Amino acid sequence: MLKYFAKRLVLGLVTIWFIASATFFGMHAVPGDPLAGDKAVTAQIRANLAAKYGLDKPLGTQYLIYLGNIAKGDFGISYTQENRRVNDIIREHFPISATLGILAIVFAGLGGVLWGALTALYRNRWPDVVIMFLVILGISVPSFVVAAISQWSLVGLNVAAGTTVLPIGGWGSVWHMLVPALVLGLSTMAYLTRLMRSSMLEVVSTDYIRTAKAKGLPATQIFSRHQLRNAILPVITVLGPAIAGITTGGFVVEIVFAIPGLGRYFVQAIQQLDYTVIMGTTVFYGAFLVFMVILVDLLYGLVDPRVRVDQ
Amino acid sequence: MSTTDLTPADFQQLQSGAAAAQTPRPSLSYWADAWRRLRANPRAMISMSLIVFLLAFVSIGPGLWRVDPAAQDLDQIGIGPGADRQVTLAEPFQQWQPSISDIALADNPLGLTLAMPANTQAVRLIWSEQVPQQQPQQTRYRLYRNLFAPKDTGSFGLPLAVVDRSWFEDRLDLQPGTYHYTLVALDADGAETASAVTQAVDVIRVISIAEARQRGLLDAKETAELGQSLELAWHPLGTDYLGRDMLARLMYGGQVSLFIGIFAPLAFVLLGVIYGSVSGFLGGVTDQAMMRFADFVVALPFLLFMILFKVIFGIGPGESGIWPMLVAMIILLWPAPARLVRGQILQIREEGYVSASRLLGGTTSYVVGRHMLPNTLGVILVTMTFQVPSAIFTEAFLSFIGMGVAPPTPSWGAMCNEGIKSMLTRPHELLFPAMLISITVLAFNLLGDGLRDALDARMRGSE
Repeated sequence: MLKYFAKRLVLGLVTIWFIASATFFGMHAVPGDPLAGDKAVTAQIRANLAAKYGLDKPLGTQYLIYLGNIAKGDFGISYTQENRRVNDIIREHFPISATLGILAIVFAGLGGVLWGALTALYRNRWPDVVIMFLVILGISVPSFVVAAISQWSLVGLNVAAGTTVLPIGGWGSVWHMLVPALVLGLSTMAYLTRLMRSSMLEVVSTDYIRTAKAKGLPATQIFSRHQLRNAILPVITVLGPAIAGITTGGFVVEIVFAIPGLGRYFVQAIQQLDYTVIMGTTVFYGAFLVFMVILVDLLYGLVDPRVRVDQ
Repeated sequence: MSTTDLTPADFQQLQSGAAAAQTPRPSLSYWADAWRRLRANPRAMISMSLIVFLLAFVSIGPGLWRVDPAAQDLDQIGIGPGADRQVTLAEPFQQWQPSISDIALADNPLGLTLAMPANTQAVRLIWSEQVPQQQPQQTRYRLYRNLFAPKDTGSFGLPLAVVDRSWFEDRLDLQPGTYHYTLVALDADGAETASAVTQAVDVIRVISIAEARQRGLLDAKETAELGQSLELAWHPLGTDYLGRDMLARLMYGGQVSLFIGIFAPLAFVLLGVIYGSVSGFLGGVTDQAMMRFADFVVALPFLLFMILFKVIFGIGPGESGIWPMLVAMIILLWPAPARLVRGQILQIREEGYVSASRLLGGTTSYVVGRHMLPNTLGVILVTMTFQVPSAIFTEAFLSFIGMGVAPPTPSWGAMCNEGIKSMLTRPHELLFPAMLISITVLAFNLLGDGLRDALDARMRGSE
């Protein structure tokens, strides 16, 4: 078990190195110049700036310095915002994205399990039909449209109530998070509901359920102890990729709801060609996702004894 | 064992071909059987006809609805579908020299009055001069405009101007409809006082005769008189914020969205199939190395790298940015089908019929081409169908955050991005492209479900 995760961890680190290198060489292939600003500068000032940011060194040296800095956890200084370290930007904005993401995952996970179990329980009856219709809708409507429409409904709600029932944007209290998190988690919730439903239906026809029935266990106990617990397992496996989807899906929600998270900052940095911020954020997100997937696998091993034995 | 009485007649030799006639139904090939199952699935068939309709909409549509998607109709900016397109002929715009004594002021605290009938050329307001006793200097006013009736002092709307005279001519982006103008008197410090008055003004759309001729609403020879009403060009789905025809833009935008949505999966699935089948067929160390590389590419955060690639490739002037997006998608998305196909190939390689074919002298290319790939084709087809919605979503997402196709090239995602800005006042600009994206994605998802049920016997009934 430990050996397996040590191996995973090493592979994860290699993956992060791959991401960092791809980002580095990618960004250096971008046409244009990070020092080309609005102000006309003399050759001397340019040279000084290039020296300050280490841009005067050969590409190979720059790459080694970059890798060394990343190993130390230092992503450098923003090009467009003087004296602002990328680490500070991440430290400041990532907790907001993370809070939103965690809340969205909680919504998606709880909702997915609940709705999925319900549809399987009422298979081919009206709750199943209604929920599956909504699920198809949730998968088919792009997240920015869902975000826009929910914001629109919030405006309508506030106008109808005459006061601010829920804020339509911004960040601060729990109330600010509620609707964005729900919107963010919606497509994942729809996906998890589908998964949960098919997993539940698969479990129903297994031998251990039949055995439990034959032993005369009450239906509620069969449902909660045997069916639900086993059906949840596949849901946990996809939580890793789901976290990835939710962190990047956060861009849209953060833009629409004016939330000062890292996703919005990343999009801004792209538009301003702020190289260090783009590189830092990409490597940070990449590392975060790699570790999340490993963490979810670890969790899976804890939840499902069969996996533990196999590894 | 049943005991049937056999007669010597039963043992007579049959004529050749006689037994075949007794087969209850013709034997079905895998594909014919799959097609039969697919046809029996109403959801899949409805989705298929929807997809055919959408393809026709974007390919044949522009031939039928010959409107330039980039042409701006400046008389009808941001109008909804079925909007009134009457226009009244009026005098050309002329400078206004108000003479306050000519006009009888309305009976409200500030005497706010509409000086002339309001039209889209100008709204002319006039009010009474108030000179407070304690402040000999001239009073200043602030004029607001709102699309909705103001409820309290905080909702007067758009501040148009601060003026120190008692008249104002509003020419700012006037559209036919009702505007609510609010006039607030300011005190000596420039702070708003309690004396405010709101006036609702109905604005009608007008056009001068010269303009009408220029836009082809009137023939050069045709005579027209003032006050006559004409009909402007027809926009069945309205226009966007620049006055461009929505229907035409949806058709041309659909070309971009569907092109990326269909060709990107086609390309990267093909690449993945080649990579995966080579890897699976070669096996051993090569296979290990090839799959490790695929694992790394899978680990790249997709949307982040999509954006990075878009930045790296850049968009030159006059380019639409469709190709960079396509290339980026191919670079990032091939590993998933590659893994799938490799798994399939590894499985099929051990099957009896492959060994049989080898034994009978089938060459490698024959075995791969005749047995292995056709047997993975079902899985590949299903994967491809499910990749279409995600490719369309990706295009829409990138265009939405402004990293997709470059304006003025329309795409459904880019149109959503433009529409979301004026969502509250002109919802149709967001709703139409959003609906088309949703319908397309829904249709491909349902078709994918149907294909999976039809092609993959093992997966049947699990959904």
